[in-house]
Amino acid sequence: METLNHNIQAIPLNHYILLCSIIFSIGVIGVLIRRNAIVIFMSVELMLNSVNLLLTAFSVYRGDATGQVFVFFIMALAAAEVAVGLAIIVMIYRNTNSIDINVLNRLKW
Amino acid sequence: MSTFYFIAFLSIFFSILVITAKNPVHSILYLILTFFTFTIHYILMNAQFLAIVNFIVYMGAILVLFLYTLMLINLNKDSEPRKSNLVKIAGFIGGGCFLVTIIAALKAFNVSQPVLLNNPNLGLVKNLGKILFNEYLLPFEVSSILLLSAMVGAVLLATKEPKTV
Repeated sequence: METLNHNIQAIPLNHYILLCSIIFSIGVIGVLIRRNAIVIFMSVELMLNSVNLLLTAFSVYRGDATGQVFVFFIMALAAAEVAVGLAIIVMIYRNTNSIDINVLNRLKW
Repeated sequence: MSTFYFIAFLSIFFSILVITAKNPVHSILYLILTFFTFTIHYILMNAQFLAIVNFIVYMGAILVLFLYTLMLINLNKDSEPRKSNLVKIAGFIGGGCFLVTIIAALKAFNVSQPVLLNNPNLGLVKNLGKILFNEYLLPFEVSSILLLSAMVGAVLLATKEPKTV
């Protein structure tokens, strides 16, 4: 445990913010450029996870455990969201035989 | 110190592979690797409870759910019609603008103090459990209702509705 504590001591907070924002923007790009609904969903998960990591980094930085409790709640929420979202994707596939999101443009205009 | 940078490089690398892999199954497997690197990040910050929960919930439950869904909707015909290059470039520019904005704000704020772990048992189960069941008892119970309603909703959505002809 001493070595672990020594490991994190030298890392500036900036680098955590940089890492999390890079992964968040990779998630945003993934949502924008893919058409497969499941891959879009996975990009959303990526964004959610990067925010979790940043919350934990700030929680350690401030010495306040509330951030980690929040991350726990976000994980519970993500589990619920994934269950409902994947059920919706299965239902869409059953109705349209495709999970291409461009098929679902009937609500567009 | 160099452990963090190596793991950070790995997480960025695998998350780029997640959004660029052609086959959705490969993309899910890369997502599992990305979440594993996140677990290592949590361990490096000594947030042991979150590391275990991330390992079990994300890698164990959520990604298995993804794999099962992909198995149910059988994508063997054609993986995915590609988007046009214009849309791809627009997506890259959008995400890149977001990243540049965040980095510029970071430069303006100029926070660069190191992340110090003052209290070594901050992220242990004992400490977090005390906080969770003292101050956040009501949100904890409400989240159980959320999980129950999500389960009922998923079952309702995914069951085949009877033909009403």
